[in-house]
Amino acid sequence: MDDERIQLGHGGGGRLSRELVDREILPRFGDGPLRGLPDAARLPTLTGPIVFTTDSFVVQPLRFPGGNIGHLAVHGTVNDLAVSGARPRWLSLALILEEGLPRAVFREVLDAVRDAAAACDVQVVTGDTKVVPRGQCDGMYVNTAGIGEALPGLELDPAGLRPGDELLVSGPLGDHGMAVMAAREGIAIAGGPVSDTAPVHRLVEALGDLSPAVRFMRDPTRGGAAAVLNELVGGRPVGIQLEEAALPFSPSARAVAEALGLDLLHVASEGRVLLVCAPDAAAGILERWRARPEGRAATRLGRVTPEAGRVVLRTAVGGRRLVDVPQGELLPRIC
Amino acid sequence: MRYLEGFRDPEAARHLAGRIRDTTARLADQGRQARIMEVCGTHTMAIARHGLRDLLPPQVELISGPGCPVCVTDAGYVDAAIALADSGCTIATFGDLVRVPGSRSTLAEARSRGAEVEVCYSPEAALALAARRPEREVVFLAVGFETTIAPVVTLVRSAAGRGLRNLSLLTAFKTVPPALAALAEDPEVQVDAFLCPAHVTAIIGSEAYRPFVERYGIGCVVAGFEPLDILHGVDTLLGQLADRAPALANQYERVVRPGGNRKAQEVMATYLVPEDASWRGLGVIPGSGLALRPEYAAFDAARRHGRPVAAGAPDPRCRCGDVLKGKIRPRDCRLFGTACTPDRPVGPCMVSSEGSCAAELRYGA
Repeated sequence: MDDERIQLGHGGGGRLSRELVDREILPRFGDGPLRGLPDAARLPTLTGPIVFTTDSFVVQPLRFPGGNIGHLAVHGTVNDLAVSGARPRWLSLALILEEGLPRAVFREVLDAVRDAAAACDVQVVTGDTKVVPRGQCDGMYVNTAGIGEALPGLELDPAGLRPGDELLVSGPLGDHGMAVMAAREGIAIAGGPVSDTAPVHRLVEALGDLSPAVRFMRDPTRGGAAAVLNELVGGRPVGIQLEEAALPFSPSARAVAEALGLDLLHVASEGRVLLVCAPDAAAGILERWRARPEGRAATRLGRVTPEAGRVVLRTAVGGRRLVDVPQGELLPRIC
Repeated sequence: MRYLEGFRDPEAARHLAGRIRDTTARLADQGRQARIMEVCGTHTMAIARHGLRDLLPPQVELISGPGCPVCVTDAGYVDAAIALADSGCTIATFGDLVRVPGSRSTLAEARSRGAEVEVCYSPEAALALAARRPEREVVFLAVGFETTIAPVVTLVRSAAGRGLRNLSLLTAFKTVPPALAALAEDPEVQVDAFLCPAHVTAIIGSEAYRPFVERYGIGCVVAGFEPLDILHGVDTLLGQLADRAPALANQYERVVRPGGNRKAQEVMATYLVPEDASWRGLGVIPGSGLALRPEYAAFDAARRHGRPVAAGAPDPRCRCGDVLKGKIRPRDCRLFGTACTPDRPVGPCMVSSEGSCAAELRYGA
């Protein structure tokens, strides 16, 4: 038996399946509701409203500078709950593996899920593993669903946006997308971009008594800040103005973006929050964020304007331009 | 990256914008305005991306010329590529061309009905494809300006050296100086000065424009692609106009030499001869193309497969020609942003990210 690679039988429900669960899953996740492998997790009652979300992860390559698909699968769902105003509590974990996946990679990803979940104070309470024939998935796909409990005081309503409101961001934008792109294009360089994949729920909890001043939060993943902001003001009587000089980009992400001809406002982050708040709360929120390691580089990004539906960038050299929604595909330049 | 910041310094930009205002005031005192055409798609993109039009007084108009190789590719060329694909050749091409409309169809549509169209990121990838698929005839779509011609045409030498007999080029190489002359002679085109391309000029050398400047009395400034490069170039051209002293200037001396890149020029002369070329929207411009020499006919896809490039029939509603000549701004076209978008382009200026229409739609504040 080739013990070093995932075989079709590992998803077949028989002896190999059982061996995989016993050797890989239970030692990592078997302490809570997963003990005894029930078909569904039985969870305690929550006092407030329940917040529920799901996300699938298909990143390629599976490993990239700063993390792997396991970190992403935890942080992605934790962050979706957090920016919806919830404290994340429980996750499900569904794995689709490609026949032939090295067992070492599988273990590395499971370790990442275990460690990331522990660091986020969330529990993996139910899960599933399937194996598909070689060539029918790209190494592995991961799905997580998450349940959280709503935090009091956070009533997010973009309809409440007013000109003069401040737009804040918890750290540099685009590091994750550039780290993955650099790894994929084989331009991984020493000192190159490192993914920012990380949980943001503690930044949300740190808002505390300033929560009522918050109008909007979102983690800028696919499509980057540009997609989030365009969606936010689309069809509304307000717009956003960004200051190019204030845009927080790390030097290594900028270098790769310049080389590939990409706009970092279109590039995904996996550990950042964009937040719009009433002007008088901005300084307090920044102070609380900067007191935490994941918010150390938090900064003002721009403000809400009366320009209906438009996201505009005031460029460093003093011009103005639209910040558009990214297109579906990125074409190489030919001159 | 510090290196780049230096060319985007806000203080220096304000200073240059102030100088441009002063020079424009001198022009305005003479009752004159300035129409400056940039003939490079990368300039078009940089101007839009940095919002540079915003920094210029209303009397200065920047016009995007025929500087994107995809945008000036004739519909007939796309038709020929589709015909080759449909006849069983494997087409290797840079990505943008896949979506450019020919007379009736695109390569993307040909691919969806079963033709083999492979997107390459470099000419070497086409070579590797031909080596990997000896049973297929591979045709590389060789479009581009002087910047990319030498590395592309070197494929002929590499293929011969490796004994690959299944790779050929469908050429539509174009050269910039003859296009400037055609624009200067076109009575429909009103251009006071040219901002000349950076990368093209790194190959052909800044002196390549001297005959044009002397013959037509129109100023040419070679400029880099950073905001300060462009503002400096515009300021130099405005000064020439105010002084009524059109001249050739090289603002991009850190890269561009007067004589250009001799090695690339030698490669081009070895394999290619000038020919008349058809530019989308501009028509046939004498001597503005480069074709493979007759001794390399075996590598010339049109001759090898007996499919010469004929005149195409683009969508008659498309006004890319008027955009490329600077007669209208992209927004003046009735299709702009409605029937013609980057997702469903009608004309080539909307296909390439460096096309005037795509840049305007993307960044026009």
